[in-house]
Amino acid sequence: MKLLRILLVVCSLLGAATAHAEKITIAAAADLKFAMDEIVTGFKKSQPGNDVEVIYGSSGKFNTQIQQGAPYDLFFSADIAYPRELAKKGLAASDVKPYAVGRIVLWSNSMNAAKMTLVSLADPKIGHIAIANPKHAPYGKRAEEALKAAGLWDKVQPKLVFGENISHTAQFVQTGSAQVGIIALALAVNPELAKKGGYYLIPDKLHNPLEQGFVITRRAAGNVLAKKFADYMAAKPARAIMTKYGFVLPGEGR
Amino acid sequence: MLLTGSDIQAIWLTIKLASTVTFLLLLIGTPVAWWLARSQTRLKGVVGAVVALPLVLPPSVLGFYLLLAMGPNGPVGHLTRILGVGALPFTFWGLVLASVFYSLPFMVQPLQNAFEAIGERPLEVAASLGASPLDAFFSVVVPLARPGFLTASILTFAHTVGEFGVVLMIGGNIPGVSRVASVQIYDHVEALEYGQAHRMAAVMLIFSFVVLLGLYARRPDSLKMTGRG
Repeated sequence: MKLLRILLVVCSLLGAATAHAEKITIAAAADLKFAMDEIVTGFKKSQPGNDVEVIYGSSGKFNTQIQQGAPYDLFFSADIAYPRELAKKGLAASDVKPYAVGRIVLWSNSMNAAKMTLVSLADPKIGHIAIANPKHAPYGKRAEEALKAAGLWDKVQPKLVFGENISHTAQFVQTGSAQVGIIALALAVNPELAKKGGYYLIPDKLHNPLEQGFVITRRAAGNVLAKKFADYMAAKPARAIMTKYGFVLPGEGR
Repeated sequence: MLLTGSDIQAIWLTIKLASTVTFLLLLIGTPVAWWLARSQTRLKGVVGAVVALPLVLPPSVLGFYLLLAMGPNGPVGHLTRILGVGALPFTFWGLVLASVFYSLPFMVQPLQNAFEAIGERPLEVAASLGASPLDAFFSVVVPLARPGFLTASILTFAHTVGEFGVVLMIGGNIPGVSRVASVQIYDHVEALEYGQAHRMAAVMLIFSFVVLLGLYARRPDSLKMTGRG
């Protein structure tokens, strides 16, 4: 009983300590892992005292969770169709804003992917090819489209393993369990992955564009910090970081 | 059609995985449980703790270590390459190996309790009648510990069916190889296919309830996970 009372006091103290500073939680597609970390670091410097938390995962998962009332204030999807769906259902507090176009690449930890093309995937020496789950991860959908457009789907299908999201997919390749994977360019250019092997940029005419968009969710309507972050995404420092990670920005077609 | 072809494939795969793991754990878990029940050494505490680890470890810890160990650069990966069976992640046998670790306490602990409950006396009698230790084990211990074997097998099977995190981390979600029922349901939910998710989830719910009902209705005291018949 005494222990319970102490716990209650501790909990309420913790609650009181965090009640005043503003806080937003961002759900971001896994391809944004490195870019968003940098952007948020910059944003926090300009907003001292406030807290920004980012959760990474597959866009389809976040779409489901937000529809079930998940406490995310902003949703950065790798496929603009998901936030559009949320907006249509009245779950958004802002317009759906396109923020980038993503690209997919072949990447390997053990082979020089820079010298590969999609056809190389049919090589019998390659046992497992990792892609994100096409069912709910946009990068997986585009990987499937590209393999089909290249006429390789039937040949490579038995070798495919599916990551839960795009960074889970990269992790399958990084540990060497899959020899090669189709991952986001934004992940392949991050220094940790870039020091291994290099990458092959898959021609974007082979798949639908990876048009990415974000919304402020309904629960954050009137949340000043969420609005500030949305504006920050359109500002120069954030755009420079996005470009550095290989994203094509809206209005800047290559 | 209530369930799609891929749903049935996932359920079938789950049954196959759970049966294989239960069979292997009967072979592995029985001597371990026997030793734990009879041993008086200090090592007993260490082995008992190791066996119980999967009860408290998050599946992500187990999945992380297994992925590294079984990958081409890990110790298990080296071993499987030397043996010529290739890398284990993303294969059915990789899942089996992971599940054997994951479900180990569910086999060993009920068996250990059952063996301990038998005590010395029946074995002494068997020995005085001239039975070899092995003979005594199969003709005295096994029949006496039958309820323990049943409880352990059912719990192991059911717990393997309920596995999710480890499978997601090392399985690669391959249809017919590592896309088990729990992962299939997760995929349905992520893709907003609530209808299909509902149907499969209902199958799992009913299955789990029937299994546990069979266990508890038969012997109310099995709630305590003891093996006493």
